[in-house]
Amino acid sequence: MGRYWRTLRRFWGTALATQLEYQANALIELLAVSFSLGGSLLLLSLFFGPGRELGGWSWNQALMVQGFYTVFDGMSSTWLRPNLGSIVTHVREGTLDFVLLKPIDSQFWVSLRTFTPAGLSEVALGLGLAGWGAHQSGVVFTPAVLITVLVMLMVGGVILYSLWFLIAATSIWFVKTWNATEVLRALLASGRYPIEAYPAPLRLLFTLVLPVAFLTTVPAEVLLGRVSLPLLALGMVLATGFFTAARAFWMFALRHYTSASS
Amino acid sequence: MRVFGLNWRIIRALLSSQYAHMLEYRAEIALWALSGVLPFIMLSLWSGSAARAELGLDGVALDRYFLSAFLVRQFSVVWVVYAFEEDALLGRLSPYLIQPLHPLWRYVAGHLGEQLTRLPFAALIAALFFVIQPQAFWVPSLGGFVLAWIATWMAFAIAFLLQSLIASLCFWSEKATALERLLFLPFLFFSGLLAPLTAFPPAVRAWVQWTPFPYLIDFPARVLSGDPVNLAAGFAAQLGWVLLLLPLVLLLWRAGVRRYSAMGA
Repeated sequence: MGRYWRTLRRFWGTALATQLEYQANALIELLAVSFSLGGSLLLLSLFFGPGRELGGWSWNQALMVQGFYTVFDGMSSTWLRPNLGSIVTHVREGTLDFVLLKPIDSQFWVSLRTFTPAGLSEVALGLGLAGWGAHQSGVVFTPAVLITVLVMLMVGGVILYSLWFLIAATSIWFVKTWNATEVLRALLASGRYPIEAYPAPLRLLFTLVLPVAFLTTVPAEVLLGRVSLPLLALGMVLATGFFTAARAFWMFALRHYTSASS
Repeated sequence: MRVFGLNWRIIRALLSSQYAHMLEYRAEIALWALSGVLPFIMLSLWSGSAARAELGLDGVALDRYFLSAFLVRQFSVVWVVYAFEEDALLGRLSPYLIQPLHPLWRYVAGHLGEQLTRLPFAALIAALFFVIQPQAFWVPSLGGFVLAWIATWMAFAIAFLLQSLIASLCFWSEKATALERLLFLPFLFFSGLLAPLTAFPPAVRAWVQWTPFPYLIDFPARVLSGDPVNLAAGFAAQLGWVLLLLPLVLLLWRAGVRRYSAMGA
C-alpha cells in the first residue's frame, strides 16, 4: 500500500511539473471553464421565471445540481480524460506491453498515471456554486450532512470512473472506437438538470442503467435533507457493483490482449 | 477547365477516395452520430417544463424542431482543425501543399465523405425517434426539403470556414485547438442546439442574431421542420457570413503557408 502511495505522489508530482511548463494552457482552460459555466447558467435560467420550477426544483436548488455537475465535469478533465483517454493510444502503439510488465497493478497505472491540474479550477467553481445554491436554499450545514454529501460525491466519483473505465477498456478489442467515451459524455450531460425534470422512462434509465442521478441530483437532495436511506444504500450498491464490474472486465480484457504486433 | 482548381475528374476522385476512406471508419462514425443525442435530452426536458409555453413551438412542433436540430447538426459537424493540426504536426501537409490543388478542398471532400457515411446512422436514429414519437412524424414538402438541404450545407460552409480560420492559426501557434474550444462554447449555447432561439430573452436574441451561430442550427432546423421563418433574411445572413469568412480564410491561409517551414526545418 505504501508503495502505491509513493508511486502516486511521483506520478502526480511529475505531471504537475510538466503542466507548469504550459501555463498559457491553464489560462485558456480557466477562460473556457468560466464561459462554459456562464452559458450553462444562462441556459438553466431559461427554464425558470417568476413562479416557475423545473421538475419541482427551485432556481437555487437547481443551482446545486448544476454545481455538482460542474464538479464531476472538472473531475473528468483533471483525472479521467487524461488517463483513461490514453488507454487506446497504449493499445494502438503497443506501449501497453510496457505497462503490463511493470511490477505494479496495471489498472492502477492506467487510471492514475497523470493528472491535469487546470481542471481543478472547475471543481472549485462547481463546489462554490453548489455551496452558494445550498446557502440560498436555506440549507443548514451540519457535520452529519457534510459527511453524507462527501460520501455520496465519492459514490458518484466511483460510478463515473467505473463507467468511463468500462468503456475505455473495450479499446483492447476495438481500437477504432475510442470515441465511445464521447457518447458517454453526451449522456452524462443529462446530469446538469434534476432527475425529476425528465419523463419517467428516462428517469429510470438515469437512475439504474446509467446512474447519472447519483452524481448530481442525489448529493443535492442530501443537502436539502430529503433523501431516503434506501436510496443512499442503492447508490453505494451501484458504486460497488460498477467498480467490481470494471475491475473484472479489465482482468477479462487483459486475457484477450494480444499485444500490438501479434 | 478548372474552377478554383477543381474539375469534374478531380471532384469525383476526391469524393470517391474520401468516401472509401470514411467507410473504413464507419464504426467510429456511428458512435459520433450517437454522441449527438444531446438535442433529444434537451427535448425531453423542454417538453415537460413549464417554460415551454414561451417557445412558440406548440404540440409536435417542438419534437420536430429538436429532431431537425439533431439532423442539421449531424450534417454540419466540422473537424477540420483537428485533421489539419495532425497533418501539420506529422508533416503530411508538405506533400499536399505541393499539389496543384488547395489543400482545403481535400478536407471539404473528407467532410462530405463523412456525411455520406453518417447518413444511414442518422436516418436510423431518426426512425427510432419516430417509433417512440409517432405523432411527430412528418414529411417535408419537396421544396421545403431542398431549401433545408441548402440551408444545412450553408451552415456547414460557415462552420467549415470558421474552423478553417482557426486551423490557419496553426501556422503560428500550437494553441489552435484550444481556441476552437473557446469558439465551440458560444456555438453550443447560441446555435439553437440546446434551446430554440425563441427561448432566449429578447435582448440576448437581438445580440445573438449578429453572430453566425443561429444560422448554424436554429435557422436550418426551422426550415426543415416547416416552422414559419423568414427565409430571405436567413439565407441572406448565411450568404453574408460565407462571403465575409471566405476571403479571410484564403488571406490567412496564404500568409500562413508563406510562414510554414515544414517539420524540422
